[in-house]
Amino acid sequence: MANHLQLGFQDASSPIMEELVEFHDHALMVALAICSLVLYLLTLMLTEKLSSNTVDAQEIELIWTILPAIVLILLALPSLQILYMMDEINEPDLTLKAIGHQWYWTYEYTDFKDLTFDSYMVPSTELPLGHFRLLEVDHRVIIPMESPIRIIVTANDVLHSWAVPSLGVKTDAIPGRLNQTSILTARPGVYYGQCSEICGANHSYMPIVVESTPLPHFENWSSLLSS
Amino acid sequence: RGGDIRVTMGTAPFDSRFPNQNQTRNCWQNYLDFHRCEKAMAAKGADAAPCQWYYRVYKSLCPSEWVTTWDEYREEGTFPGKI
Repeated sequence: MANHLQLGFQDASSPIMEELVEFHDHALMVALAICSLVLYLLTLMLTEKLSSNTVDAQEIELIWTILPAIVLILLALPSLQILYMMDEINEPDLTLKAIGHQWYWTYEYTDFKDLTFDSYMVPSTELPLGHFRLLEVDHRVIIPMESPIRIIVTANDVLHSWAVPSLGVKTDAIPGRLNQTSILTARPGVYYGQCSEICGANHSYMPIVVESTPLPHFENWSSLLSS
Repeated sequence: RGGDIRVTMGTAPFDSRFPNQNQTRNCWQNYLDFHRCEKAMAAKGADAAPCQWYYRVYKSLCPSEWVTTWDEYREEGTFPGKI
């Protein structure tokens, strides 16, 4: 989850999110370099230490064309690499459906038996000590760790969006449409997210909690709950 | 082999006919294919076991609410697809 006044990303808990964080840091450095250069040149100009009476500007035109082109390549290459990485065909071990309602999620695991449950936010009045306000739910999404999981996101009534920042996933939930996304948790743990598409009065109060556990625990849980 | 499909199938595999994010058609197509297969096998008097593949795929992908609604439509005769 995010801490109070947190500015940066949450710790990455999936390989894709790790890549995104690294790319972000890289892009931020590029942006910092450009801003520093511009600020430096600006101060030079404003203090009249830099001026120009050139009529033949061929060299500088070449420089300030080539340099930005290099910058763009430096940004485009890692960006495209990640884009294609996200599109890789992975054979999932499990399919899970996340269906958005006003104002809760329904999860369906129907590969073998039918396991379906609703996931409501725990109201603050019933929140146990030490638990996270507006983030905890009564039934978490339990998944096996380190396995590629296919998630089919849809909605029952209005637009919602299923998001878990530390896994690098945000997928819109659209009535009548099945949107596919893939997650892979790098380690066991509990990952929080919140509905990310305005959906009415309690849009801020339908969070998502993914709990990633070793496979035997997952199988035990799912066999206890399935019909 | 015509053995236990559970052993050979985890979840619905990648289907190159539906390579992108929008899997709506994948669910719909498999639902249609299962019922068409069942109908065809019944018409020939053959075993409908091979149709189980389509059943498993649509079961994995389609929201159960959609399946229930479509089953009702089929029962009523108002199902929009051609089976």
